[in-house]
Formats: sequence, structure tokens, C-alpha cells
Amino acid sequence: MVKQQRNLLWLGLVALLGGGMIGAYVFATPTEQVIKINSKKFVFIPNQITLKKGTPVILQFTSEDVMMGFYVPELGLRTDVIPGQVRELRVVPEKIGNFAFVCDVFCGSGHEDMNGMLSVVE
Amino acid sequence: MTNRRDFLKLAGLGGVVFASGLSRFAIGADGKHASGAMAEDFYFVQLSDTHWGFSGPPNPEAKSTLKKAVAAVNSLATQPDFVIFTGDLTHTTDDPKERRKRLAEFRDIVAELKVKQVRYIPGEHDASLDKGEAYQEFFGNTHYTFDHKGIHFITLDNVSDPAGRIGDEQLAWLEGDLKALAKDAKIVVFTHRPLFDLYPQWDWATRDGAKAMDLLMPYQNVTVFYGHIHQEHHHMTGHIPHHAAKSLIFPLPVAGSQPKRAPLPWDAAQPFKGLGFREVEADVKPNKFDIKELTIKAS
Repeated sequence: MVKQQRNLLWLGLVALLGGGMIGAYVFATPTEQVIKINSKKFVFIPNQITLKKGTPVILQFTSEDVMMGFYVPELGLRTDVIPGQVRELRVVPEKIGNFAFVCDVFCGSGHEDMNGMLSVVE
Repeated sequence: MTNRRDFLKLAGLGGVVFASGLSRFAIGADGKHASGAMAEDFYFVQLSDTHWGFSGPPNPEAKSTLKKAVAAVNSLATQPDFVIFTGDLTHTTDDPKERRKRLAEFRDIVAELKVKQVRYIPGEHDASLDKGEAYQEFFGNTHYTFDHKGIHFITLDNVSDPAGRIGDEQLAWLEGDLKALAKDAKIVVFTHRPLFDLYPQWDWATRDGAKAMDLLMPYQNVTVFYGHIHQEHHHMTGHIPHHAAKSLIFPLPVAGSQPKRAPLPWDAAQPFKGLGFREVEADVKPNKFDIKELTIKAS
């Protein structure tokens, strides 16, 4: 049975970090949207993610083959993505814009191409 | 003493570091290890990111580029005291047997260097998929120190952990090594990834690099040389300069200048464009460098 781990992140207290984001661990509610992001050598599927400002969402990660890392540097948002596990990040986006994400765990020839874009819109 | 102009004319590939005026660095007042009594002028050569085993359009001359670099170093009128390769000696492969084959071929090619003092550190392509196991079979420890003519050299491994961490154990080792040094000791750090957040969006960072920098900050004369980003780059963390070397396989774009960190395309009209060498001449003042870039020619 797949081990499920919840790594829930609340990103809402913008003012405390001068427009940045701050995280705290909370539990998701059943009604929140879940976006599944599968990873395999050397791609995140999907690699374009659009979120609505102020709307909580669960990003749910799986890996088909090797360990990866999902990292959005500008938002300080990251998790390991481990085969056989489901990792989740709860996100409440507060900052509009396009934020690049990357695999930050070296996973082979093609690792350098493993990235994507998280967009936050009104 | 090396004639710098001769050096500029003859060097063909790679990063070249010219250190001079080292006799200015005296033994620390507290008697701790520092430079000084034996200090004399010398230079060393830094080569980086040779990616032996790579094949593809970004470098149709991949099978000859490393050999050209070796020939260029051998052609220097005055040979360097030592040569160091700062990681990604080989291009990665999932096949452990093929990885060892590439490491062996690399070793055999660089054995042609006239200089027999050759040092190595791994890059993520060499070491991240097996935590440095194969690399160590060929080149030994992934982090170590050595002293040469008044300079204390420290190599740091930020690639054997695929997450790009130095790790607490190695950081403790670094702390212990630094404690033996005077605060004015001349220190050079070699590493593969940048120790600062150059551009994490392209994985150009070391996750715990700030911890290493915190340990280095109390020391007055520290310079960091690294690779990984396949281009010349210079950065200051307080008083500590970081200098990235060009690659010997293909150049990468400036951070954030394009959506993906794809190699810059090979220019048939200008072979080896972007693989030119960097010359750094250390002035007598700590951490002051004069840097020149030269292009390379196909023949």
C-alpha cells in the first residue's frame, strides 16, 4: 500500500515577510482542489500549473521512477518526491506572478531539463 | 617567474589562475598555520566541466575538446605547479559500468598532462547517482585539503548528495580544519556548485552553502573557485569572492536569460565559442584579481 505523507503548507501571511510567503503546517479540508503532479525522468506532468490568488489548493506529488525534488525558489516551496509515496503541499497563493519550479535532486542525464512554471492569477 | 604574456598566448582552453605576490602573506601573529615562510610565486590551472562521454549537437567536437585542453596546458611555456579539475569530469549515465568506463577514459586522457600534480573534485554528473562510489574508486576522497607554497586549499563536495548538500558531517570537518588556521591565512576553496544562491531556479546553488560561508566569513583572505554553470561569473559574499570557470564541453546561458538552461548552440563559424579560457591573476592585495577572457581556435 502506498504510504501517504501529508506535508501541508499554508502560504498566506504575506505581510509578515514583506510581500513574500510564510508557511505553517495545517490540514486540508475535503473540499479543496487537488492538483496531481506526477514526476518521471525528466519531466513534471503537468509542468504548467495555474493557481488562483487566495484559493487554497493541494499539490499532490508522486514519482514513477527515482527520487526527485519539487522546488519553487521564489516562494520557498519545496518537497522531496519519493517513489512509492504521495507528498502533498497545501498552498494558498497570495502573490500574483509566474514562478519557476525545478527538480532540485539530481536524477540523471536530463535533470537539467526538468522544470516548469507555477502561475498565480487573479 | 612565468611570463604572463607568454601564458596568454599559449593557453588555449579552460580556466587559468595565476597567483602572484604570495610572499606578502605572513605567518599569523598567533603562530597558527598561515602562509609566509615558504611563500613564492606560482600559478595553477583550473579546468572544469569537461563532461567526458557527452555527445550531441552542443559540441560536435566533444571527443577532441578535452584532448585539446590537455595539449594547451602542455604547451604552456612555464608549467603550472598543479592542475585542478573542478567537477563534472564525466557526463552522467545511469549505467554503473559505463560510468566507470568514462572515468577511466578521462583519467587516461589527463594522464598525458606534463604536470603530474593533478587534483580533482567531483561534479553531480560524476557522483550524484551513486553517492560518489565510482568516482572515489578512481580519484579518492571527494573532499580534502592540501597546502602549497603558503596557501591552504580546501576542496568541498557538494554533489555526492544528489540534493546538492555539503552535509553536516563535512561541515563539521570544515569547521575543524579552519580552526587550525590564522584569521589572515590565505585560503582557496574549490567546489563544484556555487556556495551561494546564484540561481536556484536552475539548480545553481548549494542547499546548505550558506553554512559553509558562515564558517569561512571570519577569515580575511578566502577565494572560492567553482564550476557547474559553464560560464565565467563573479560574485562577492561580503569580502569573499567566488569565481566560476567556463566549461570544456558547452556554454550555458546567463542565469534567467532564457526559459530553460539548455546549452548554447554550437556555432560552426566559431568553433569552441564560449569555451575560451579564463585567466585570473592574483594581485598582492588579498582577493584582488585581474581577469581576462580569451577565445579558442579550432586548430
